[in-house]
Amino acid sequence: MQVQRQNRFKAAMEVVRTELLAGDIWSTILRYPEELAPEMREARPGQFVGVYPKDGSRLLPRPISICRLVPEERTLRLVYRTVGAGTEEIAAMPAGSAVEVLGMLGNGYDTESMAGRRVVLLGGGLGIPPMLELAASLYGKAAPGSGQEVPSAAERKTAVTAVLGYRSAPLFLKEDFEASADAVYIATEDGSEGTAGNVLDAVRERGIRADVLCACGPLPMLRAVRDYAAEQGIPAYISLEEHMACGVGACLGCVVKTKHEDPHSHVKNARICTEGPVFPASEVEI
Amino acid sequence: MTGMEVEIAGVRLKNPVMTASGTFGAGQEYGEFVDLNRLGAVVTKGVSNVPWEGNPVPRVTETPSGMLNAIGLQNPGVEVFCERDLPFLARYDTRVIVNVCGHSEQDYLEVVERLAGESAVSMLEINVSCPNVSRGAIAFGQDPDCLCAITSKIRRAAAQPIIMKLTPNVTDIAEMARAAEAGGADAVSLINTITGMKIDIERQRFVLANRTGGLSGPAIRPVAVRMVWQAARAVKIPVIGMGGIATGEDAVEFLLAGASAVAVGMMNFHEPRTTENVIGGIEAYLRRHGIENVKDIVGAVQDQVF
Repeated sequence: MQVQRQNRFKAAMEVVRTELLAGDIWSTILRYPEELAPEMREARPGQFVGVYPKDGSRLLPRPISICRLVPEERTLRLVYRTVGAGTEEIAAMPAGSAVEVLGMLGNGYDTESMAGRRVVLLGGGLGIPPMLELAASLYGKAAPGSGQEVPSAAERKTAVTAVLGYRSAPLFLKEDFEASADAVYIATEDGSEGTAGNVLDAVRERGIRADVLCACGPLPMLRAVRDYAAEQGIPAYISLEEHMACGVGACLGCVVKTKHEDPHSHVKNARICTEGPVFPASEVEI
Repeated sequence: MTGMEVEIAGVRLKNPVMTASGTFGAGQEYGEFVDLNRLGAVVTKGVSNVPWEGNPVPRVTETPSGMLNAIGLQNPGVEVFCERDLPFLARYDTRVIVNVCGHSEQDYLEVVERLAGESAVSMLEINVSCPNVSRGAIAFGQDPDCLCAITSKIRRAAAQPIIMKLTPNVTDIAEMARAAEAGGADAVSLINTITGMKIDIERQRFVLANRTGGLSGPAIRPVAVRMVWQAARAVKIPVIGMGGIATGEDAVEFLLAGASAVAVGMMNFHEPRTTENVIGGIEAYLRRHGIENVKDIVGAVQDQVF
């Protein structure tokens, strides 16, 4: 299992900007207070936050993955789909307003273990946003506009390839990935851009080679990634989602079946919010 | 200085605020947000004789001003609890109340007997009211004769005072409280969740894998206040009140209705610091009303004629 970081907080953040990216996919940039700098330094890609609607009838935090974290600007970018009244309320929060955020939740990806490898990131639909922070941390810390130079490939040694799967054009976040990965490939289910099919169709069509796979997306995609990794004999780390209540491991609402007895629960169930959301694909029953 | 200390079945609590079982794990997760030393007691997640896997997912879903859960009492079993969770809780200056669950009378007795030698455990809360497990649990809590019988068997086996946790899914809560008292319960706590259901109309299917779940949160608070009032009038043993408590004012409602202590449940998920906020809120209320001791408001409206 991945290393667990204790960098939890509940704090108010300021809405900087919200924009519609495509269809019902929104991007919201939040500015976090100075005091959270230490927690944010500890943050790792694959972790997530819980965003609280203001409406008093909607009490549970909405789990949303970190799409991008820029410590120099104290900003946290969230890209999410409006699936109901809670997320619609979040998308409608005006710039300058305050929003309560519970973070940093979950284990995140162990990027240290991927250094110097050919890492292929597979994002399907709403699984695309968390792959951006992962790409950025593997590709080099420099963020667009931060003035830092992107390290050369030789210094970096890690080769980052992003394969992004969409239902159809228009695409979202593609340009952001192009600034944070060595190569970006696109797959669309309807063939409107890139490979017609899913992310693994693109991997096969383009002959993309990997030492490590990291994936987030719908369950059928994650099952296919697990099987592909097993076939190739390479590790795959997948990020899961589930209905959640507390987000911190207390309620046991969001579990996934595991191959072996989980050391915390002592049954074959792991908490997605705490032991996950990132799991080795071979360790979970999905 | 306002007096916040209360006593339940001979056990002194520094204040009347505890956690509601199943919403606080065994304290570890929320220990990152809350100073556990400030709490009157930590009531643990249900503990059974052997590890329980719980129900399939989805196990939780939000509902207006509340949520439905059907966790199914997943827990690592009493041995792991005693080896790992209890030593953690024992480090804090708070009372530990262990919630005990089982499918059969024998299951409950095994846990109660295993905990008898654990001096760090101040009280036991007996869960005869979980709506989400297929055998046992709620069945013991919905028939007064059954409830009385299991209470007296557990009472004989237990080394610590026992709190019978009552389900609201009954016609007459006063009758159930009396049955627990007759069986020898040292206290009763209520309410557990109210059985509910949510249907996803777009996919035309149940939202929870268990189909039904237990409703908790502020949505159930008025029902809980009414039931606490009815139970407190029916018995002489202390009543611990819970159901959607979010603030000190909410807690005061339960105290006025007759609860000697209160528990914070679902609202921990909304605000991890709710327990501490509730303690501060009760203190502020007492100061505002010039009341010296929290015990003075327990049951203050109980026999009032409007």
